[in-house]
Amino acid sequence: MSIRLTVNATDYQTDAAPETPLLWVLRDELGLTGTKFGCGVAACGACTVHVDGQAVRSCQVAVGDLWGAVTTIEGLSAQGLTPLQAAWERHQVAQCGYCQSGQIMQAADLLANIPNPTDDEIDTAMGGNLCRCGTYSAIRAAIKDAAREMGGNQ
Amino acid sequence: MSTLGKITRRGLLLGAVAVAGGAAFGVYQVQKPVENPLDPDQGATLNPYVIIDQTGITIIAPRAEMGQGVHTTLAALVAEELDVDWDSIRVEHGPPSSAYYNGALMHGALPVADYAMKDWQHTLVGGLGAVSKLIGLQVTGGSTSTVDAYEKMRLAGAGAREALKAVAADRLGVARADLRTEAGFVIAPDDTRIPYADLAAEAATRPVPDVSLRPQSEWKLLGRALPRSDMRAKITGQAQYATDIKLPGMKFATVRICPHLGGGMASFDPAPALAMPGVEQVIDMGNGVAVIARNTWAAMEGARAVQIDWTPSPLPADMDGMFQAIEAAFDAEPNSTLRDDGDATALPEGAISADYRVPFLAHSTMEPQGATAWLQDGRMTIWAGNQAPRLCVQKAAEASGLAEDAITLHTTFMGGGFGRRAETDTVAQVARIAAQLPGTPIRLTWSREEDMGHDFYRPAAMARMQGAVDQGRISHFNAAIAAPSVTRAAMTRIMGRAPGGADKGHVEGAFDQPYAIANYRVAGHLADLDVPIGFWRSVGASFNGFFHESFIDELAHAAGADPLAFRLAHVAPESPVAAGVLERVREMSGWDTPLPEGRARGVAMTWSFGTPTAVVIELARDGDRIRIDRAFMACDPGLVLDPGIVRAQMESGLIYGLSAAVMGEITFAEGAVEQQNFPDYDALRMFNVPRIDVAILNTNPHMGGVGEPGTPPSMPALANALFALTGTRARSLPLRDVADFGV
Repeated sequence: MSIRLTVNATDYQTDAAPETPLLWVLRDELGLTGTKFGCGVAACGACTVHVDGQAVRSCQVAVGDLWGAVTTIEGLSAQGLTPLQAAWERHQVAQCGYCQSGQIMQAADLLANIPNPTDDEIDTAMGGNLCRCGTYSAIRAAIKDAAREMGGNQ
Repeated sequence: MSTLGKITRRGLLLGAVAVAGGAAFGVYQVQKPVENPLDPDQGATLNPYVIIDQTGITIIAPRAEMGQGVHTTLAALVAEELDVDWDSIRVEHGPPSSAYYNGALMHGALPVADYAMKDWQHTLVGGLGAVSKLIGLQVTGGSTSTVDAYEKMRLAGAGAREALKAVAADRLGVARADLRTEAGFVIAPDDTRIPYADLAAEAATRPVPDVSLRPQSEWKLLGRALPRSDMRAKITGQAQYATDIKLPGMKFATVRICPHLGGGMASFDPAPALAMPGVEQVIDMGNGVAVIARNTWAAMEGARAVQIDWTPSPLPADMDGMFQAIEAAFDAEPNSTLRDDGDATALPEGAISADYRVPFLAHSTMEPQGATAWLQDGRMTIWAGNQAPRLCVQKAAEASGLAEDAITLHTTFMGGGFGRRAETDTVAQVARIAAQLPGTPIRLTWSREEDMGHDFYRPAAMARMQGAVDQGRISHFNAAIAAPSVTRAAMTRIMGRAPGGADKGHVEGAFDQPYAIANYRVAGHLADLDVPIGFWRSVGASFNGFFHESFIDELAHAAGADPLAFRLAHVAPESPVAAGVLERVREMSGWDTPLPEGRARGVAMTWSFGTPTAVVIELARDGDRIRIDRAFMACDPGLVLDPGIVRAQMESGLIYGLSAAVMGEITFAEGAVEQQNFPDYDALRMFNVPRIDVAILNTNPHMGGVGEPGTPPSMPALANALFALTGTRARSLPLRDVADFGV
């Protein structure tokens, strides 16, 4: 049985077992490796993608249960960098970089819902995203900077 | 004042080699420094660090990029002299080669404290680089990459530039001295611009002219916070880690190795796994299995389903047994007394003593261990994030039965290293698996549970501290430290045997601290305990910093003195550089201004990897909980090549240390690790990291590292702040055992 899914506005089919987590369909079946595996138990956020515009842990979503179109880090921007990614670049956030796809996808969800988040709101939204390099202060600064930029553009 | 240690036989031996080697190798010759490992087909290779072709300029940064920004700084060293447009260059790790030996790695070989090294001793360890060169030690570690590269990569850039100018001079019929270079062009007096690419092929065939390096005052790139060369790829999902390699017909693997460390596998039944969708094969790995499947999830599900009878671990059955084995080391003669000034054992009346202990720790890199390999026509290609490429090739050859020259290793980005990827276990596994499946590319990914349960852990360690104060000063400081030896464990894995002699790494962060104390002794005792242990960010200093700086705090308290002023009084006479970082955190933190009720500060300073670093932690009561509210850090690595990267590394080292201090603990039952995944072994997150201020000083006359020195002082600074806030002196970690940090 083949499962259809839409990822980054492209239609795909997979004959992977329906209980296969979306994470592994993206990475191994479709070759979209920007989304990372960190824990498999929704404890680190490295696998965060958007389904129907909302941040989810792709290690916890069975591909057979998908309820909407998927956006990954590769599809976050149609062209160039999003203002959020540009802020990430200005603040030189990434160190090893492995968690950053998930951090950016989570932060994009945050700013979509709360355009000008407070520190507490950033803490709450980003608390599920672990970074072993400790880039948190740069992430916080980049989110605030992006919020300013995006507010300024509206 | 101090005599700093006894030169051991091993120390003398290395010293002698260094003197002999210094004559032969003391000055790096830019002409043919080493055989060039780069493939001429790649473009004109002017030296092992520079490739120029019509598509652009590539700089080889032969140290592993694990987040520490080393590719950026190493490339900047070459680019500074080569005169290329920073935004246009490519940076690659390059192949495994003895050409890329780490000449600074031997820096730690002399049994003396870095802060007290005389200039002649720095020259001596410079000569020790010859030992690395002779044995081709290509390793990323010990916070040494930039120190090692500082001269040789600038010379590579300058040599390439002058060779390009020499070709242009011949073509244009002008003197080389009349040419200048800018942004990838040689420019003639009449403003004729020749792109490097048009000159490179010929330049690569010529002897390199004599070059001299530009003075610091002329630097355009170095000394500035540059945009990192890896940043764009890492924020767009394009950066390739070892488990991101895509190959035709690829299969996906995971392993399940005996969880009882040191134990093995009596028998296994693959049938339940093979009955699962997507599972294709189960391979006997000796002490466990590898499962091959159509995707990684199927492999991991299959690995769980294999029925396996494990054999037991030879390790002590519980943690009490482990700590007994460590404690037993105190009964034997010390392996080292690298600090033994005066008579620290003759303690006066009123002396204080305290016993400390710290647990095993995992590296817990964000990217679980993994690697990709492909055996085709008798040749194997391996992709692995690793800190020791030549060693990886050797271990892959042993595991696959192939000759070393039949193996090509690509070093990818690493999703965190912290010392974990100095090991070769994953590379050996993927080589063994791929060797059994000729023609099929294999991507091996460990589960988080496998990663946490099969690490090479930071060892548990214990310390017996004794000391006394007299008229407000420390009169006696006597430390005995017991732990299994990381150096010996690692060298046994690498070379099959352990070096003898004094184990400096075991007592680093304690014996080598810049305190003027008349009776000052640090003894290292090596414990006989076979838990797999390895290099964990800051190695011995990760526990010795906690022991030393916590006990200094106890002595300050015993003297009724302010902990920071007390430290300064002992440090200033011994090292103005170290005093400088203490003075700076005093100012930054407002140390001399009292805090309101419910807040308190603690301080610590550790000199490690060439860089003294002081930390002040400010805690705040938050209801019943304690919040780590602020952190103030000052470091002095001497010359700073990229302040943005240094700052990031300091914050990173601090958070890594604070995470361990608050909640890091690996425990064993029946030799198996009890923590499985992040919910059992977590780290600080956005909501509980402090606001961090970093000051970077540059008075240190010798360049120090930056990747590790932030870690050691973070832990005692936190524990000392906890004492100031609550009166509880924490003599063991993690601190969540004695205080509620809300984790």
